[in-house]
Amino acid sequence: MIKNYLAYPIQLIILILVQVILLNNIQFSGFINPFLYIIFILWLPISTPKWLLLSLSFFVGISVDVFSNTLGMHASACLFIAFCRPYVLNILAPRDGYEANQQPGYQDFGFIWFISYAAILTLLHHTFLFFVEVFRFSDFFSTLGRILASTFFTLLLIGITQLFKYNSEAR
Amino acid sequence: MRNLIRFIDRYSFFFLFLFFEVIAFYLLFRNNHFQQAAFLNSTNAVSGGLYKKYANFSEYLNLKEINESLSEENRRLREMQIESFHQIFGENIYIQDTLYQLQYHFAKAKVINNSTNKQNNYITLDKGSHNGLEVGMGVISPNGVVGIIKNVSDHYASVLSLLHSRTKVSCKLQNTNYFGSLQWDGKDYQTGNLLDIPNHVKIEIGDTVITSGYSSTFPENLIVGIIKDFNKPEGENFYQIQVSYSNDFKNINQVYVVKNKYKNEQDSLELKTIQEYD
Repeated sequence: MIKNYLAYPIQLIILILVQVILLNNIQFSGFINPFLYIIFILWLPISTPKWLLLSLSFFVGISVDVFSNTLGMHASACLFIAFCRPYVLNILAPRDGYEANQQPGYQDFGFIWFISYAAILTLLHHTFLFFVEVFRFSDFFSTLGRILASTFFTLLLIGITQLFKYNSEAR
Repeated sequence: MRNLIRFIDRYSFFFLFLFFEVIAFYLLFRNNHFQQAAFLNSTNAVSGGLYKKYANFSEYLNLKEINESLSEENRRLREMQIESFHQIFGENIYIQDTLYQLQYHFAKAKVINNSTNKQNNYITLDKGSHNGLEVGMGVISPNGVVGIIKNVSDHYASVLSLLHSRTKVSCKLQNTNYFGSLQWDGKDYQTGNLLDIPNHVKIEIGDTVITSGYSSTFPENLIVGIIKDFNKPEGENFYQIQVSYSNDFKNINQVYVVKNKYKNEQDSLELKTIQEYD
């Protein structure tokens, strides 16, 4: 149990390093930037207290902001999906509800469930983030294109990362 | 009162969310509008140190391109040297005179963090105020203009790249000397917009755009880019000109920081005149 809680800070550090050193430098065709680090928020146990959920999201966002010179931007987007997460979980809840200490993932809920859960939150995050970044609606369709393309790549990475985690847990 | 407490308690999640969101947006706007030396940006010690280590690794991968652009610059400078001019008339005599005084100092620096994919892009340099860098100095590379220094800490400097919606550089056309200002619209990292060129001027695709030297930031005649495309919008007096940058902003490594020794003099003189006659 304690081992589980220790895993989160390590996950957090690795994810942030991967994001700022690797992913922020990968740009498919100029504008598409995947944001894998939000998987940290997706992975938090379902029974996480709400205040903790918000504080952790804020912290994750601020950490990424510090490294990319966009103070407040990622933090606000992360808070937004942390706020939406309980409602999304409610919509996707299995018939007999969630059990204590369950964690979103392939293992407990299956592939389709996790991908749709991740897709909804990733789309919300990217929409919020990119519109805060441009801060205008004038280039609506070009922003929309960037949102959809980045969402696709983030989702792809999330799917792959989740696969690694699933395998290491199954062993 | 009890109702109020119950109300807040019931929606505590929402209020907490609102509270954090207000903090986030406060940080966002403060950082954008006043452009202060915020202590939490990439000039601070932790992230600056990390980026420096990372840049040390990745520098090796680009050595070939860096060498090429440096030797290209050497070639250009060598062409301008007196030895490369053939003497046609008479004898030259060198005299140490007082007609010329050094106006621009150039300091060498290395890019340790860079981005091109955002709406507002910043570059971090590995030199700071301990090396004499100051806010407002221009940054150029062997291939042309890069940006303007926005913040300096002891060992690092943060630069507003040309790829930033708020960067404006005063430029002119090389062959006609008409001047305008260069801005970026956030769409393509290779092209910017040159504004305020009146539409009676004859321009052509491929014309060179250089710095005007009107602002005290950059010396005159530094290359910025070439005209990629232009059109005359109906009912307006100015061209819409697209300039493709001479710099490849995805591949910048060695840069020079320009220090204008007369910057303060020029700025304070201009300010004084404006204050007296406005």
